[in-house]
Amino acid sequence: MEILGLLGNGFLVAFEPLNLGLIIFGVTVGLFIGAMPGLGSVNGVAILLPMTFLVPPASAMIFLAAIYYGAMYGGAISSIMLGIPGASTAVATTFDGRPLALQGKADTALVVAATASFIGGTVSILLFTGFAPALAHIALDFGDPEIFALMLLAFATFVGLSGDDIPKTIFSICIGLVFSAVGLDIMSGEPRLVFMNITGFMHGINFLVLAIGVYGIGEMLWTIEVTRGETQMSKATISLRRIVGHFGEMMRIWKSWTLGSFLGFFVGILPAAGATPGSLMAYGVAKMTAKNPRDFGKGEPAGVAAPEAANNAASTGSMLPMLTLGIPGSPTTAILLGGMVIWGLVPGPRLFIDETVFVWSLIASLYAANLFAFLINVAFVPVFLWMLKMPFTILAPTIFVLSLIGGYAPTQDMHDVWLMLIFGVGAYMLRKLDYPLAPAVLAIVLGPIAEPKMRQSLLISGGDFSVFFTRPIAGPITIIAIILILLPVFQLIRRKIKESRQAG
Amino acid sequence: MRRAELVTALLMAALSIYLMVKSAELPIGWVPDEGPGGGSFPFWLSAAMLLSCLWILYNWYRRTSPPSQSDEPFMDSYAARSFALAGGGVTAMIALVHVVGMYGAVPLFLIFYIRFLGRHSWTTTVSIAVGATVGAFFFFDVALRIVLPKGYLEPLFIPLYSIFL
Repeated sequence: MEILGLLGNGFLVAFEPLNLGLIIFGVTVGLFIGAMPGLGSVNGVAILLPMTFLVPPASAMIFLAAIYYGAMYGGAISSIMLGIPGASTAVATTFDGRPLALQGKADTALVVAATASFIGGTVSILLFTGFAPALAHIALDFGDPEIFALMLLAFATFVGLSGDDIPKTIFSICIGLVFSAVGLDIMSGEPRLVFMNITGFMHGINFLVLAIGVYGIGEMLWTIEVTRGETQMSKATISLRRIVGHFGEMMRIWKSWTLGSFLGFFVGILPAAGATPGSLMAYGVAKMTAKNPRDFGKGEPAGVAAPEAANNAASTGSMLPMLTLGIPGSPTTAILLGGMVIWGLVPGPRLFIDETVFVWSLIASLYAANLFAFLINVAFVPVFLWMLKMPFTILAPTIFVLSLIGGYAPTQDMHDVWLMLIFGVGAYMLRKLDYPLAPAVLAIVLGPIAEPKMRQSLLISGGDFSVFFTRPIAGPITIIAIILILLPVFQLIRRKIKESRQAG
Repeated sequence: MRRAELVTALLMAALSIYLMVKSAELPIGWVPDEGPGGGSFPFWLSAAMLLSCLWILYNWYRRTSPPSQSDEPFMDSYAARSFALAGGGVTAMIALVHVVGMYGAVPLFLIFYIRFLGRHSWTTTVSIAVGATVGAFFFFDVALRIVLPKGYLEPLFIPLYSIFL
């Protein structure tokens, strides 16, 4: 009951004219960002965060969360119409969405995608509302060693579960953490890592400089190279009668979107997993459990519903650890977390007590954003289809300009803009060689929180690392983290044994 | 690809060593009554970076990672050309900010990209270039009071300041 009261108050704030306007504007921008190939929620949130300094923190956060939601809906549009995913989170949607579009059933795919997204979003927000206060309550007892152990766990999921090259993942995590240490040492006040004595490094490396470098400039350079040549857009016939007919189709495939919603939410909570693997897993499981697995990949609506429900559910799931523990569940929420720090909100379990209004208005705004994203998506499909025709040679320079201004605005220092360019070009090069970059962005956000926690924990214990193992909560978390880090090693050993058996 | 993988790993290993040396300017061990020294966190992480670079090099030697098996060029001519034009354009834009300010560099870059790389009409080009510049001025300088750099064009903005600020 208490939750309903808090949520009710949250709705009152979320429906204030400014916030409601920002929700609608945010989901529209998000839909557009999601639909454009090469831009996903993380790019949109990173590039537009500096623009939100115009409004109060709670409204800014509501706006960015709405973009996040809209982008999850929008990704499906180009997956279906162009056959190229609008964002990595919509990759699985192309498997059946594109064949449907080629059969002239683009409208079926679009409506199923939007409806499944809506269901995935709604189910996950309900789960979120139920779980979040309880989790935050438990987390209130966490001390420095526990929080540090949780961060270790977040990084361990990248090593153990992301499936990227392991040494390159570790490299990416470490370089992000080292960059976060640049500037004044918080505990001793001494300057450190001031490269070549350039004074610009004294104020540290702002996480936005790395995030915009990677997701603005690096991403555009990458997309320019990958999307050579023109893309072929499918035709869509849309009428109200056909749309109503598709809801019957939705009932037939209920299993796929129920599965996608729950799977997506729980996968989304894991920092390394998130919406992309969540939607791929949902597609795989939906195919495995379907009566007609052979139809998947040839234009089965259930193959669109499962990943679309999952990627929306995962985006809500990734907010759960961000709001309750202060540990982001995805690169997008990492940037939101960094934003919270800029606005003077202290992430962590105390947020639910100290910033009750902020937390609950954000949760309420998610309900609203989900509804508006669905309505705007269905109502304005033709507009988004028209915008998809926007040539990349107009979009790319606009993103470059937004990155330039966005890199300058937070610190107002040209030093940061140059640094952003270096990061962008570096990110593009490293990405070509399969270095994962999301861990570095997560690391530069978490670094300034993780380092003092570790040093304080060690100070309490007198330099004894066993503090992370012997405490009742920190202990198991650290051990799980270490198992996750070693997981690939176990797999390697098992494979070696198998191979030697086969050879013998 | 194979050569790029090697060169990158070596460069990153060198960067790790530089970061280790730089971190060691502060105490990296235990400081009595203060806990771990200020340099310890970045130092040991840079050491971990170096180790992962060695691991990447080992994978390169054994040819187990995908880029170390690939014979494709790191950048073909299309990639190199588009990278040079887009990356060069952005670099030039940032350099120009120091000279003609944000409101000079942004429209020049947009005209270069949209008209000369994108081959769009002058109407499209000019409307986007002017729209973006005017929009940015009202959003940042006027609404947010974040004064974007003007370079040598500063005098032109004095009348605008007196109207809007």
